[in-house]
Amino acid sequence: MVKKKYKFDRRSFLKLSAATGGGLMLGFNWSSCNSPQDVRPVKVMPKEWYDINAFLKIGDNGLVTIFSPNPEIGQNVKTSMPMIIAEELDVSWEDVVVEQAGLNDWFSRQVAGGSQSIRHGWKSLRMAGATAKRMLVNAAAKEWEIDPSECSVSEGVISNGKGDKLTFGAVAKAASTMDVPKEEDVVLKEAKDYKIIGTDRSNVDIDNIITGKPLFGIDTKREGMLYATVLRPPAFGQKLKSVDDSEALKVAGVKGVYKINLPLRQGPDRTVDKVAVVATSTWAAMKGKKALKAVWQEDTPLENTTNHKADLTRLVNSTAKKSVRKDGDPNKAFAEADEVIEKVFESPFLPHNCMEPMNFFAHVQADKVELVGPVQTPAWSRDRVVKMLGWIDEFDPEDKEAKKAAEEKAYAKVDLKMTRMGGGFGRRLFGDFVMDATQISKVAGAPIQLIWSREDDMAGGTYRPAIHYKLRAAIKDKKITGYHLIEAAVNDNMWASLAQSFPASAIANYQVDNHKIESNITTGAWRAPYTNFLASAEQCFLDEVAQKIGKDPIEMRLELLAEAKKVYDQHAKLEEEIKDEEKLKVAKKGLMPKGNYEPDRFIAAIKMARDKSGWNNKASGSHLGFSAYYSHNTYVAQVAHVTMVDDKPKVDKVTCVVDCGLVINPLAATNLIQGGVIDGIGHAMFGDFGFENGQPSMDNFNQYRLIRMPEAPQIEVHYVNNGKSPTGLGEPTLPPAGAAIANAFHSATGERLYRQPYVKESKVLG
Amino acid sequence: MATYTLNINGKSQTIEADSDTPLLWVLRDTVGLVGTKYGCGIAQCGACTIHVDGEAMRSCSLPISAIGEKSITTIEGLSADASHPLQEAWRQHDVPQCGYCQAGQIMNAAALLKNNANPSDEDIDSAMRGNICRCGTYNRIKAAIKTAAKI
Ligand code: FES
Ligand code: FES
Repeated sequence: MVKKKYKFDRRSFLKLSAATGGGLMLGFNWSSCNSPQDVRPVKVMPKEWYDINAFLKIGDNGLVTIFSPNPEIGQNVKTSMPMIIAEELDVSWEDVVVEQAGLNDWFSRQVAGGSQSIRHGWKSLRMAGATAKRMLVNAAAKEWEIDPSECSVSEGVISNGKGDKLTFGAVAKAASTMDVPKEEDVVLKEAKDYKIIGTDRSNVDIDNIITGKPLFGIDTKREGMLYATVLRPPAFGQKLKSVDDSEALKVAGVKGVYKINLPLRQGPDRTVDKVAVVATSTWAAMKGKKALKAVWQEDTPLENTTNHKADLTRLVNSTAKKSVRKDGDPNKAFAEADEVIEKVFESPFLPHNCMEPMNFFAHVQADKVELVGPVQTPAWSRDRVVKMLGWIDEFDPEDKEAKKAAEEKAYAKVDLKMTRMGGGFGRRLFGDFVMDATQISKVAGAPIQLIWSREDDMAGGTYRPAIHYKLRAAIKDKKITGYHLIEAAVNDNMWASLAQSFPASAIANYQVDNHKIESNITTGAWRAPYTNFLASAEQCFLDEVAQKIGKDPIEMRLELLAEAKKVYDQHAKLEEEIKDEEKLKVAKKGLMPKGNYEPDRFIAAIKMARDKSGWNNKASGSHLGFSAYYSHNTYVAQVAHVTMVDDKPKVDKVTCVVDCGLVINPLAATNLIQGGVIDGIGHAMFGDFGFENGQPSMDNFNQYRLIRMPEAPQIEVHYVNNGKSPTGLGEPTLPPAGAAIANAFHSATGERLYRQPYVKESKVLG
Repeated sequence: MATYTLNINGKSQTIEADSDTPLLWVLRDTVGLVGTKYGCGIAQCGACTIHVDGEAMRSCSLPISAIGEKSITTIEGLSADASHPLQEAWRQHDVPQCGYCQAGQIMNAAALLKNNANPSDEDIDSAMRGNICRCGTYNRIKAAIKTAAKI
C-alpha cells in the first residue's frame, strides 16, 4: 500500500466536506436522548457549522462533529479514532458527535483489515486534532491581539491568562478561515495530560444499536429501490448452461431475471456465473430465486476435501525447493539429535459467517453511481466498479500522470458510503457483492439492494483455506537444537514475515518451508490470516516438546526468549559499534537475523500471564494450558482454565494478557479481546467445513456450529500497559486461543489434539 | 396477495402481503422497522427475535398469516425512550461489538426476564443459546442481563 501523508490544507478538506454532506443521519440519535429520566446530556444542534479540517467541523455553540475515517466492523474504530482526535483538539467528549466519513482519497488507508486502523492512524489522528486546536487558538489570539503562545486550552475553552475566555464555538468561524499552521508549529500532548485516551467511553452508536435504528448496510432504503437476490452455482467449478425463468417471472413482485458474470477472488481471468432476481421485496426476490430452473455444467474439475487432505499430507512430507527462512544447519541438527519429535496439525476450510450476510445498495446511472453498504475495502471496490462499468478512459500505460487523471475522472462519478457492518472478519475485504449489486443495478436500470441469503453467504465464501503444518524438533541434551516448520496450504502460503515469528531467532538451526495446491475454491483472509491456525499448531507443539523434555511450558518459552534476546543484543552491539550503514550490513550477515517480535515485550506479557493466572499455585481440580503469540504488532499470552464436568473437560476461564501498547478505550478493548478469544475457541472446537464434488458441505447454522453462550468461558483480561504506541486488537487475541484450550485439555485428560475442529477429533469432547 | 391487520408496537397497521411472507420481511421491507435483523432465515440464530403476545419468537420463520390478532413487539417498541432495564444495562456494560445480533439478544433476554425475574447463570445460558453472537460478546450479554434483573 502506498503511504500517503496527511495534509491539513483547506482545499483538500473542502473537497471532502462536500462528499460527506448529508448531515448527522447516521451519526447520532438525537431523539432518543430526550426522555425525562434520561440523565445523558442532550446535545443541542448549532445554527452554523464551520469546517476546520477534513476530520472535524465545529458548531457556533461549540459542538464538534468528528468524521471517523475508517470502516466500522465491530472493532470500535468509530469511537476510538474520534477519541484520539478529540483528545488533541482538547474538547470535552460530551461535546462531540461522530459521523462516519465516506470514501475519500483525502484520507489514507480507509480499510478495516490487519488490525491496523489505530496503529496507522495514531500520528495523523492526533495531528488532525492538534492542528485544528492550533487554528482555534490562533483565532482567539488574533482577537485578543496577543501571541498564541500566551493562550491555554482546556475542554473547548481558550484562556489568555488574564481572565478572558473564548469558547471554540465563539472562534470557530474565524478559525475556519485561518491559515493552516505548519506541522512544526503543532505541539502534541504528553501522555500524562490525556483526558480521553485511556478512559472508558461507550460505543458512539450504542443508543442506535439498542433501539434498532437503521445503521447497517442491509437497512439501506431509497425511493424506488428494488430488492435483488442471486442464484449461484451449487458447486465451485461449475458454469451456467441454461436457465428457465418462466416460473420465477410469475411470482408476484418479481420484476426481472438477469444473467450476470463476475470475477472471482482467485485468478484475474476466472469468473462466476450468477442469475439475479429483482423484485419489489426481499421475500418476492427469494421466492423468485427458488422458482428458477437452472442447469449447471462442469467448467473446471470439481474438488473434494478428501483429495485436498491427501494432497496436503503428501506435500508436508515432501522437500521444498527453497526455504522461507533457514538459519544454521537444520539437517545436521536433526541428524545429530537424541530424539526427533514430529507432529502434523490439520485445519479445515472455514467460512466467515458474518452475522450480517453480504449485501450492498447500488444505483448506477449514466454518469454516476451511488454505492452504500458494508465493505472493509471501499477504495478497492470503487476501483473494481469503475473498471467494470468501463468508466476509465484509455490512457498510455507508460504515463503515470495520465493513468491517475483517468482514474480520478472515473472515481469522481462514484459516491461510496460506508455503513456500520455486521461483522467483517476478512470476508468484506473482497467486494464481490459490491460488484454483484453494481451489475444488477445496471442491467435492471434501477436502484437495488442486493442481499445474499445465509446459504449464499456460506456457500459463496472466500474461505480460510485448509492448511496442514508439520512441525519437527531436534532434541539434544534436553534442549531444542533444531526446529522445522513445513506448511501445505490451499491457494496461498503464509506471508514471509510469519516465518520470522517466535521461535525464530531463538533456535540456532531453524527452517520454514512451504507448499501449496491450486484450487478453484475461492479462499481469502479470515480473521488473523494464517496465524489463526499456525499459532494453534506451534503452541500445541511447543507444549508437547516441553512435556517430552521435562520442562514447564512457560519456563521453556522464557528460556527460548532469553536465547532470542542474545541474538538481539548482538545486533544492538554491532549497531552501537558500527555507524557506517554499509559496513553494518556486512557485519550483520554473520549474525542470525532478528525475528518480527521484541523478546523483552514478549517475556513481560508471558510472565504477567503466568502470575495473573495462578500458574504456579493452581487450585486442585483445575487444569491449565498455556499459549502465547505475537501477531499484528500485539503480544498476547493466555492461560486456559479447565475443569472436568461429567468426565468431560470444560473451559471455565481464560486469562488473557495483552500488550497492545497504550490502550485507547479500555471499555471497548476488553470487549474486543474477549470476543477474539471466544471466537478462537469456538472455531478451534467446532468450525468445520469441506467440499464434495465442489459443493460446500454446509450452508446454514443448523449444520455449521458456531460457539454459543453456554460454551463461552469467562475471559479475564489484563493489560501490560507500557505506554508504547498503540497497536490493534481485532485479530491478535484469536490465534493463541486454540492451543490454550488444547493444552489445558491435555493437562486434564492426557489427550493431545492435532486436528481441528477438536469436537470431531477428541474422544472425550465429541 | 391478501390484506392483514397487524398490531405492531401498539399501532394497528394494514398490510398487503402473500400469506407465506415471513413477518421478518414484512417488518423490514413493508413496515420499515429494520431493527429486527436477518441472520439465517431458519430459526437458528436469533437475530430476528421479536415478541408475539410477549413471547420471544423467530420472525424469520413466522408467516404473516399465522399472527392474527396477536400483538407484536419489536426492538423499536421495547420501550418508548430506550429505558427498558435491558437497554440501560446494555448501555452500562457497552455490550455490542458489531451490534448486528444485539436487537435479537435484547428481545430474547426481555422475554426471559419477564418469565424469570432473577435468572441464574444456567437459566441465562439455556434461554440465550438460540442467539448467536459472531463477535463473541457473550460475557457482556450475560453480565448485562444480570444487571438488568436488579434494575
Ligand atoms: S434470522 Fe431468524 S433465527 Fe436467524
Ligand atoms: S455483536 Fe456482532 S454478532 Fe453480536
